[in-house]
Amino acid sequence: MQTPSSGQVAIEHLWLQLGAGQRRFTALQDVSLQIAPGEFVCVLGPSGCGKSTLLGALAGHLRPSAGLVHVDGKPVHGPHPDRGLVFQHHTLFPWQKVIDNVAFGLKMKGVARAERLEKASQLLRLVGLEEFAQSYPAQLSGGMQQRVEIARVLINAPRVMLMDEPFGALDAQTRLKMQELLLQVWSSIGTTILFITHDIDEALFLADRILVMSPRPGRIIEELAIDFPRPRGPDLVTSPRFTELKRHCLALLHPEARIVPLERLSPLGGQVAASMDAIQFAI
Amino acid sequence: MSLGSPASMATSLPDESRQASLANAVAIPWRRYLLRVASVTLCLLLWQWAAQHRVNLGLVTFQNVPAPREVLAAAWALLQSPRLASHLWASVVRVFSGFALAALAGIVLGMLIGRLRWLADVLLPPLELLRPIPAVAWIPLAILMFPSSELSMIFITFIGALFPILLNTIHGVEGIDARLVASARSLGCGARAILTQVVLPAAAPSIVTGLSIGMGTAWFCLVTAEMIAGQFGIGYYTWASYTIQNYADIVVGMMFIGLLGMGSSAAIRKLGAWLMPWYLLQR
Repeated sequence: MQTPSSGQVAIEHLWLQLGAGQRRFTALQDVSLQIAPGEFVCVLGPSGCGKSTLLGALAGHLRPSAGLVHVDGKPVHGPHPDRGLVFQHHTLFPWQKVIDNVAFGLKMKGVARAERLEKASQLLRLVGLEEFAQSYPAQLSGGMQQRVEIARVLINAPRVMLMDEPFGALDAQTRLKMQELLLQVWSSIGTTILFITHDIDEALFLADRILVMSPRPGRIIEELAIDFPRPRGPDLVTSPRFTELKRHCLALLHPEARIVPLERLSPLGGQVAASMDAIQFAI
Repeated sequence: MSLGSPASMATSLPDESRQASLANAVAIPWRRYLLRVASVTLCLLLWQWAAQHRVNLGLVTFQNVPAPREVLAAAWALLQSPRLASHLWASVVRVFSGFALAALAGIVLGMLIGRLRWLADVLLPPLELLRPIPAVAWIPLAILMFPSSELSMIFITFIGALFPILLNTIHGVEGIDARLVASARSLGCGARAILTQVVLPAAAPSIVTGLSIGMGTAWFCLVTAEMIAGQFGIGYYTWASYTIQNYADIVVGMMFIGLLGMGSSAAIRKLGAWLMPWYLLQR
């Protein structure tokens, strides 16, 4: 893999509050982090801790209450195709065929139809779905839909790929395959990836570095460099070093039994009101 | 129409799922068709009997009701006559002018009202006040407001079709998944493109429902308006037949109104299915 020159992320003293009036709460509290170009970073934390909020701020869908969010030295103002976003459940357009979904980003850039379909088939080949180009998203399985979603984001050659528990809704078998596929795609493309998960195995398997977040209000409580050699295979998860790191993460995530698990937050804000703001901001 | 369980949908291939839907649609046994035909025949026989014997039930009398055979003869005579085309043409032009204007206004306003909170606050209160007034109640005022009776009849059809189209469009736009819009923006979709590329297709199923209902109310309103203000048109023909005591022609007029209404609603549904081949896959 060549060393990428873009995709450097810098977040400094980021605070983010969500909700309105009495229901306002602090989702992120003084979060600072740096990600090198081409790095694969996983954010690990309990449900509702604000890790998706962090992603939303970086994607430009949520405005910080305080602090700085920079990508390649430029401040983040609103969403941009340079920062691709992948949700837990696919957001493919049900009215477009798979190939047109993947080509959508190029259509927005004004690329001619023949050229963008050509590029889209290349990306479908990369995720192993070229034969489903003419299908509609509803005709694919959950794993395939997420692969199309990833291809759709990659067509914009994003500096950073922001992934919000993208495999969280898939069955265990499919999830493992998707993780391997993602690593393979990442090694050929070399974009920076910020990957949100609450699955310790997933984070350890994928990441160069893991940032562990505290329960709400979200703070980064630990940073772990994961130095397993690449390419990584399924055998990795049974190695002693893996088990050791996993035990360490478990201890961080469950310092004591939590009484009530918090409601999951989304990159568009935690509450209806917050996501409405995001929509109104759109037009 | 159901396409089987969601689980089987997710894994089945495109062709299989399409065939399954077709099989569900045609599998009605011939016995049931026979029963349906028998039911219609029985109704016609009852009508013939009641008209022939001039049945008087006290509250309702068949004394002046033409028998089916007379109606058939009158329909045949009208089909031969050049008057039919001019009556039908007059009605169709009015319905489609009013309906087209209502579709344009309803879809554009509905999309904007559904997306812009301030516009909803400005436009919805007056529209909500006008909505409970039946379009037919507008007839006297419309005659006073417009220079020609032609325009006033088109206006009545417009009012009748507007509200179902407008409300269904708003409903469709408000029901759009905020994540779809967020994804589109992250893929480089600007404010105007969001409306045309995301909001319009996502709300399309709801819009088509509104158009189909609106087409029905448009015919209803037009026929009433023609009875009061028309000089030509199928509603006028029906009413004129009453005033000149051609009782068989009343029923012929009613039949044509029914056929035209049914035909145009079916055309809307066909158009919708043709424009949205993906929609059946969603269910």
